[in-house]
Amino acid sequence: MEVILVIVIGVLYASGLYMILRRSFVKVIIGLIFLGHAANLLIFTVGRISKGIPAFISIEGTLAENAADPLPQALILTAIVIGFGVQAFAIVLFKRAYQTTGTDDLDELNTTDELIQ
Amino acid sequence: MKSSLILATTVKYIIPLLLIFSFFLLLRGHNEPGGGFAGGLVAAAAYALYAIANGVEEAEKFLSIEPLKLFSFGLLTALISALLPLLAGKPFMTGVWLDNKIPVIGKLGTPIIFDVGVYLLVLGVSTKIIFSLAQEEE
Amino acid sequence: MLLVLPIISPFFFAIIMMLFWNNTKAHRIINLVSSAASIIFAVMLFSNVNNSGIQVFQVGSWQAPFGISLVADLLSAIMIVITSVIGFSTAVYSLATIDHEREKFGFYPLLQTLLMGINGAFLTGDIFNLYVWFEVMLISSFVLLALGGRKKQLEGAIKYVTLNLLSSALFLAGVGILYGLAGTLNMADLARKLPLIDNPEMLTLVSMLFLIAFGIKSAVFPLYFWLPASYHTPPAAVSAIFAGLLTKVGVYSLMRVFTLIFINDTDFTHTIILVIAGFTMLSGVLGAASQMDIRKILSFHIISQIGYMIMGLGLYSPLAIAGGIFYIIHHIIVKTNLFLVGGAISKIRGTYQLKKLGGLYKLYPILGLLFLIPALSLAGIPPLSGFWAKFTVVKAGLDLGEFTIVAVSLFVGLLTLFSMTKIWNEAFWKDAPSETIGNKFSGSNTQKAILFLPIVLLALITITIGFYMEPFFDIAQQASEQLLNPNLYIDAVLGVSNE
Repeated sequence: MEVILVIVIGVLYASGLYMILRRSFVKVIIGLIFLGHAANLLIFTVGRISKGIPAFISIEGTLAENAADPLPQALILTAIVIGFGVQAFAIVLFKRAYQTTGTDDLDELNTTDELIQ
Repeated sequence: MKSSLILATTVKYIIPLLLIFSFFLLLRGHNEPGGGFAGGLVAAAAYALYAIANGVEEAEKFLSIEPLKLFSFGLLTALISALLPLLAGKPFMTGVWLDNKIPVIGKLGTPIIFDVGVYLLVLGVSTKIIFSLAQEEE
Repeated sequence: MLLVLPIISPFFFAIIMMLFWNNTKAHRIINLVSSAASIIFAVMLFSNVNNSGIQVFQVGSWQAPFGISLVADLLSAIMIVITSVIGFSTAVYSLATIDHEREKFGFYPLLQTLLMGINGAFLTGDIFNLYVWFEVMLISSFVLLALGGRKKQLEGAIKYVTLNLLSSALFLAGVGILYGLAGTLNMADLARKLPLIDNPEMLTLVSMLFLIAFGIKSAVFPLYFWLPASYHTPPAAVSAIFAGLLTKVGVYSLMRVFTLIFINDTDFTHTIILVIAGFTMLSGVLGAASQMDIRKILSFHIISQIGYMIMGLGLYSPLAIAGGIFYIIHHIIVKTNLFLVGGAISKIRGTYQLKKLGGLYKLYPILGLLFLIPALSLAGIPPLSGFWAKFTVVKAGLDLGEFTIVAVSLFVGLLTLFSMTKIWNEAFWKDAPSETIGNKFSGSNTQKAILFLPIVLLALITITIGFYMEPFFDIAQQASEQLLNPNLYIDAVLGVSNE
């Protein structure tokens, strides 16, 4: 299971970075989302993956062996919610920018870098 | 936007169920799956459904309070729940519980108030997003 | 409790403002009250930390390392105080400069949530919580930057948002790996457990992830390109608060993690930081030399000044870090003030283009003087605050025998002076070009007073630090001692343990 996840994380990072380097708005956003997912999955994998072992301390005060660490999953939950908000904002921003500038090519967004002599 | 009669009729029966379910999620949230976030989303889904069936303006009337107000109140409730322990002489954000159990709800304490705040916040934000996106479509 | 106040006070006032969403008059007043209250809380916190050492608060009574700790050592307390001063200045300044359209879309609540995020980042003692505060700060800054929706703003915002989201993703990945290594997120606990792990190479790797993530936020070479693309687009008040505070949160985080957590291989990591510092200074100031827009020149100077602070961290000696901290104090005040002066100029003339400006000294000699104070301080002319800041960093470099970086920093100081004289010559000294757009300040006298009040206030602080630098420097030195002695921090958070 870990091996599969590790491969998935690698693929997500690679495709995320590739997409973020593209010039189209939509692809950049998809790239950002992929990178966020990759980071989340990374934390998920770090917290150990186990099947059917609840991460509770029993009445005798012992934790089942190989139980997954619940904390990273709580972290991911927080990160997902934050990511959701930020990505929603990014999408609206890119849409507004598309409506205002009339282009979806990042290379044409260069009025901020113009030198006025 | 005119939608189908079937959807409008179904929605009438589904919405009370969804809203009750959202409360159920909110109240059981402290010790079992659920909580303010999930509850708020379910409630927002109910209003979104209403908006699809009857149009955004009707849905806004149905909600009868501005989403913005809702989430301000939600934030305020959460903040108050964090400040309440100070009255009990405990540090900021410490969970304070009443000793007696109340039927249905179970133990009452500041984490529940916090969850109510989250519920209102999520409901407010989600409906705000859904309504403004839907209005832009029209 | 004092530790929570800088966070919940702006939060509370932001909520109140949201409840009166359509009443912009109430917004203005509440915003002022909130900013003033922040100053009081910040000063109380600072005197508390100064008198009785590092303050720790365990949120919700969950003991460290299991709960979230809020920690205020001297560095945090200094940053909180400056944040509140800058917050107050911008709150006053925005009364005269922010248009009604922006006020209606919640400019003031956003300003307060931004301050809440910044304060939270300075106070938290938990690395994941730091991520959360970063996001609070970022989302507020995104909206403040894009609010108004002009073409330039949106273009700038896209670059800003994309690169900052990338940095957040890297930061999050770094936090995840760090948790995998040590099984804790509390910074003090991390500092205690990380020296004991099996594979320290991994730690160096993670430290590089953090260096890149915080490097993007603090705009160091070669990760700074979002800054000059976006900082000159929003209104002057927003530019000023961004210029003063946002990048410094990145610098603060770098200082925190590279003095507390990643100190296993300082030869390697801090040398990299030093090299980056040199390039940051140089490329920033060279970028400024080619620009002819006041705010773009100032934006590039932010970058070159960041280099000096990072240089303090990279040299990693008590004096150098004290110099870095002193530099942050000086820089935040001076840079914000320069942006405010720039805003005043555009309020009078209606433009930031140096070619279209001129003759301002004849019309407004006082404004000229008010520009010269922060400008000369930035360039490091004695006896203003910038001189002492540069002097300390350079002295620390000479003590350690790092002559290359010292040479670079002195050269950059010279070029900074050149940039400032360029603005002075073009905007104030030369005759006004014939096709001048505006000529007089349009607005009532009260508006004028509101515009100048924060500028005068910050200029006075600059002069005070310059002529009376000893107490300020003492505090910077104590803060640096605390940073270089992580056990103080660890013991304060986790309690003195016999392990």
